[in-house]
Amino acid sequence: MTNESITPGGIGGSSPSGRSTSRRARRAGGGGGGAAALRKVSDGAVNVAVKEPGRFFALCLDTFRAIFKWPFQWREFIEQSWFIVSVTVIPTMLVAIPFGGILSLQVGGLIRQLGAQSYTGATAVVAIVREASPLVTSLLVAGAAGSAMCADIGSRKIREEIDAMEVLGINPLHRLVVPRMFACAFIALFLNGLVSVVGLIGGYVFNVMLQNGTPGAYLASFNAIAQLPDLLQAEFKAFVFGITAGLVAAYKGLNAKGGPKGVGDAVNQTVVITFMLLFVENFIISTLYFQFVPSKGM
Amino acid sequence: MGVEIRVEGLTKSFGRQVIWQDVSLSIPAGEISVLLGPSGTGKSVFLKSLVGLLKPDRGHIYIGDRDLPYLPEHQLYETRKLFGVLFQDGALFGSMNLFDNIAFPLREHTRKTEAEVRRIVLEKMDLVGLMGAEGKLPGEISGGMKKRAGLARALVLDPEILLVDEPDSGLDPVRTAFLNQVFIDLSAQLDCTFLIVTHDINTARTVPDNIGLLYQRHLAMFGPREMLLSSEEPVVRQFLNASKVGPIGMSEEKDASELEAEAKMGLDSGKLPPIPPQQMPSNGLVRRGQHAPGAWCAAHGVTPPPGSFIDELGRNWVDEWPRYVASMQAGQAAGGAGVTPPGGPGFPPPAPGPGGAAY
Repeated sequence: MTNESITPGGIGGSSPSGRSTSRRARRAGGGGGGAAALRKVSDGAVNVAVKEPGRFFALCLDTFRAIFKWPFQWREFIEQSWFIVSVTVIPTMLVAIPFGGILSLQVGGLIRQLGAQSYTGATAVVAIVREASPLVTSLLVAGAAGSAMCADIGSRKIREEIDAMEVLGINPLHRLVVPRMFACAFIALFLNGLVSVVGLIGGYVFNVMLQNGTPGAYLASFNAIAQLPDLLQAEFKAFVFGITAGLVAAYKGLNAKGGPKGVGDAVNQTVVITFMLLFVENFIISTLYFQFVPSKGM
Repeated sequence: MGVEIRVEGLTKSFGRQVIWQDVSLSIPAGEISVLLGPSGTGKSVFLKSLVGLLKPDRGHIYIGDRDLPYLPEHQLYETRKLFGVLFQDGALFGSMNLFDNIAFPLREHTRKTEAEVRRIVLEKMDLVGLMGAEGKLPGEISGGMKKRAGLARALVLDPEILLVDEPDSGLDPVRTAFLNQVFIDLSAQLDCTFLIVTHDINTARTVPDNIGLLYQRHLAMFGPREMLLSSEEPVVRQFLNASKVGPIGMSEEKDASELEAEAKMGLDSGKLPPIPPQQMPSNGLVRRGQHAPGAWCAAHGVTPPPGSFIDELGRNWVDEWPRYVASMQAGQAAGGAGVTPPGGPGFPPPAPGPGGAAY
């Protein structure tokens, strides 16, 4: 690879031959230029459409197999869980409070216009418990936990630590990826609960203090609409989000190449891909939930 | 006891770029082999293929009787336990201190008590000269120390095969000489199969039993040290003498006009320099893989370049060898060394290897 970047012409010692070499290279490049460019584009398209997802699924299957290998890495799991908590808890709370507030403001305003002010509590259920908390969780899981995890695994990869681990006869999927993936999912469950609670408190405070709602109406309508499956589906979403974020981060991290910049690129891609996947998953799970779980009658 | 590595018709490419093709060689058990080649000829890729980190496009790698690229995963991990690998910059785990790094394979693969682990780790750290650095993190030490720590980690499981990727890169010549002596002594002690990938010509000339040269996507030559050092093959000769004259240019290959210009200027690679005597163990052991000096040349009717096999004390090792072996064997029985090996008595050697002054 290094050879390509050093041309003999650039060294200066033997200029006639250097020129002839570069001329030769130019001729070779000019002849198949169009075809080569086309091939490059089609290669890129195939790569994006088929190869990358294929490799990602292969990693998912391998990781799934590695889950059942003994012994489970408890120590790594606990350390990683703690690490994820430390990077997500404060941002989660700080995001959840204004989120709850803004939802109350928007939806509460709309509902007041429709003349159903006593039902603001009910909207909080739909907005916060069912949708907002999994969404906020996904933002934090992808943005904070996933990126940190990818950076960690990616830097290990380019320092050849992963190779060294394999050579020492240790499967990095079992040793590093499985505990991280579960730690991510495990913490996502709690984050989701945290967002629900903080968001509801924020919404309540907003509604009661700033929008002149009554506490009784808020709680009564909340109870009228809320049902346990709402919380369960949100927790299920959070779990799936955690697993997805962990797997994408591991995939991108394990395939990082090209030095520190490669790790940066991998982290960037991790965040983007995880966001997209989580929003799609969120949509699918919500759709299925509305299909299969009947809403509570009033 | 080492294991033989047999490579047959190995080909590897990344996309459309062929790294090397049809590489066939057999690295003899218990011997030290060195793989040379200009930068970018895929020496590290070859090393990684040998441990199964990269899958070749075609060909076989037999470790004993197991064909490595086609092993199922659990057998691959089993087979890898035969290997010790020293990566280019040590590849230490950044989150652990040196002690834990070196203890890692022991804790993962053996049921030794913590006291035993400690004893083995400290022994290996002493061997590579890292005593007192147990508590340091890899980020806090120099490149040379990382390399030595990586070597200690590769050694704790007493591997059958040791693969070393550029032990000399980023290391000063004195430390390189020490490290080379460590390799020789380890080879005598563990009898393992060594493959060293290097750019250091001094190492290549004095350390190994066999030399291989990768050039232009092919294995140019692989064979006993004396065969390559007395070879008139232009590529081999240019590389082993670190000369500008020959077919290898700055961008891998000189073109015809360059070679013509060289010929016109009357540049000529001249006479082959003498073959230096091989570096010998300093720990009073005889390496089982070591060939007698001059044996290959004698067997193949090749006259070595004048001045070959003579060390800096003026002793001719072709004559000295039988006496040396006899005295070493007697010494091993009596518990001491007889004739001083080239490279100086005892460890550490005072000078960077025999013949080092000549280059």
